[in-house]
Amino acid sequence: MSQDSMIATDNPLDADQESALAAIVGAMIPASEEYAVPGADDPAILADILTLVKRHPEPVVEAIAALEAMAESRHGARFGALDDDAKAAAIATFSQSGAPHLRAIVSMTAQCYYRDDRVMASLGMEPRPPFPKGFEVEQGDLSLLDPVRARGRIWREA
Amino acid sequence: MAEQPVDVLIIGAGASGAAVAWSLADTRMRIVCLEQGDWMSPADYPSSGRDWESRAFGDMAISPNRRGRVTDYPVNDSNSPIAVANFNAVGGSTILYAGHFPRFHPSDFRVRSLDGVGDDWPVDYETLEPFYAENDRMTGVSGLSGDPAYPAKQSVLPPVPLGKSGDRLARGFNDLGWHWWPSDTAVATAPHDGRDQCINLGACTSGCAQGAKASTDITYWPHAMRAGVEVYTRCRVREIAVNDDGRASGVWYYDGDGEERFQAAEVVVLACNGVGTPRILLNSVSERFPAGLANTSGLVGKNLMFHPYASIQGIFDEELDGFRGPGVCIWSQEFYETDESRGFVRGFTYEINRGRGPVATAMTGMMSGRIPWGAGHHRAYRDLFCRITGMVAICEDLPEEHNRVTLDPELADIHGIPAPKIDYTLSENSRRMLDFAVERASDVLRTAGATDIISEAPIAVGGWHLMGTARMGKDPARSVVNEWGRCHDVKNLFIVDGSIFVTSAGVNPTRTIQALALYIADQIKRRLANLFD
Repeated sequence: MSQDSMIATDNPLDADQESALAAIVGAMIPASEEYAVPGADDPAILADILTLVKRHPEPVVEAIAALEAMAESRHGARFGALDDDAKAAAIATFSQSGAPHLRAIVSMTAQCYYRDDRVMASLGMEPRPPFPKGFEVEQGDLSLLDPVRARGRIWREA
Repeated sequence: MAEQPVDVLIIGAGASGAAVAWSLADTRMRIVCLEQGDWMSPADYPSSGRDWESRAFGDMAISPNRRGRVTDYPVNDSNSPIAVANFNAVGGSTILYAGHFPRFHPSDFRVRSLDGVGDDWPVDYETLEPFYAENDRMTGVSGLSGDPAYPAKQSVLPPVPLGKSGDRLARGFNDLGWHWWPSDTAVATAPHDGRDQCINLGACTSGCAQGAKASTDITYWPHAMRAGVEVYTRCRVREIAVNDDGRASGVWYYDGDGEERFQAAEVVVLACNGVGTPRILLNSVSERFPAGLANTSGLVGKNLMFHPYASIQGIFDEELDGFRGPGVCIWSQEFYETDESRGFVRGFTYEINRGRGPVATAMTGMMSGRIPWGAGHHRAYRDLFCRITGMVAICEDLPEEHNRVTLDPELADIHGIPAPKIDYTLSENSRRMLDFAVERASDVLRTAGATDIISEAPIAVGGWHLMGTARMGKDPARSVVNEWGRCHDVKNLFIVDGSIFVTSAGVNPTRTIQALALYIADQIKRRLANLFD
């Protein structure tokens, strides 16, 4: 990544890294026709993920570097140069690797994917913040306390 | 800011600083509070935005190290299995607390006499009871009277709803014959003192946009300020100065522009929590107090108590409350008192948590391996979404001098003030208690119908409760403050936060912190004519 591109785009990832990130998050959460949801590599969701990456780029950059190293060692080529099957195999291995910064990618992906309108709608949620409308919660049945009351005092005399 | 000495200078505008300021206001003394944080705007709290869960990992995180606001100070907690959680603002950590609001029990003040561990407090439940009640009114405590785990106490507002989650777990507790009761909460279930009622936003621990949760910026502070108390934000105290008589003469602090300033005061009150208070005292080194102010006993910073927390969550086969509703609903104190057959002394409270949001569900599922990568993600996710509920166990932590707060030799805040360093080891008693709590919680979850259990003990990020580092007592050799909060060594210096706790009990501490602050304020008012004798 050149210094110029960092200044021009304010993006801590170069094109290859961004492509690798898209492949990772798309493999993590793929699109589903059954549930009518996009994948996490959907352009709008990926753009949202990149806004988080900009705030905390280090673990993502290091995780992608680990993926690249794995591609080189196992397939003898950079991740971006692999065919689709090899990419899928590399990501599958990577996802099981326990790479120290994998957690950051999982966290950022979850944060952005599960606030997307289409995903919320699929879950039966209104695409809105909690405030100001709030939510309904059942009051519950306080007669459930009858056996607790019947048992009597349990606090300890001091 | 006043150039002349003020009558009372309070450091910290959180749970205890707010309470003591409000109580002292009726003396008509000139009272000034210096707070390192800002006033918060409820309109800016996360639940007003679509990124409400995400911000709990960023600017509203419970860890000051992760949050990294300019109003925060760093904490070196690398030598502790439990990381410090706090918030720095007017309202302090009540901005982020869940509002689970139990009182201590009578037995909690007599631990040495009853169980031969820790120490007895120099005050008892009966002494604090009127101040608990006063604090309950100011807070607007919601709950249900008649809990057999407590002496009689009145609730101000109706309890929070049980919801599907509370109902399900209540039936599990009943099947085992174990205690449970609707939690006392600092969440207004009806309009109270200008605050609106809870509308089940579900994001209590990121600040309450509705204003239903009783953070002290919207409870005590409006009343205290109307009574004349002055609050200055972005004022970070570095140290307390002493005069030739060995009394506190005022404080050195940095204002919002980073300028070093001095504020003289007749009385200084520390209200900075169990980490912030010893940090200031240990930073206040003088010829007369070379080991830190008020530290003749050598106990400033020692006996740090967290509450080791266990999280035990069950996965159910039906939809429960999930992201809806205040996080707290019911508690159980079935295992609160000592039963040595369990392999440990003292006990814990189960705080039942309602559920979790869509992001937290995904993270829990993926981090624990229950939600796979790939095509199976969506089915597995939906098997967890709104189907997780459970509890945390708040375990009593006993005082041990090797658990301590000191000053880090290298780490400092943006003003160059040395940061606190935490050295903490989980005791064998706590380890056994945590294991027991996980086992019994798993029992009740399975009895209630859980098909799978997820647990973590201790919760690594769960250092919400900071206690014991300037303990109270009658013996100056074994305590830092006396039985009414005045430092043994410095007769015009008071401490009102959780650092004066002698033991931790097995409940959230804020209600007791505030009751103690009101009690100490009352003692100050009763002794104004001879306060420094």
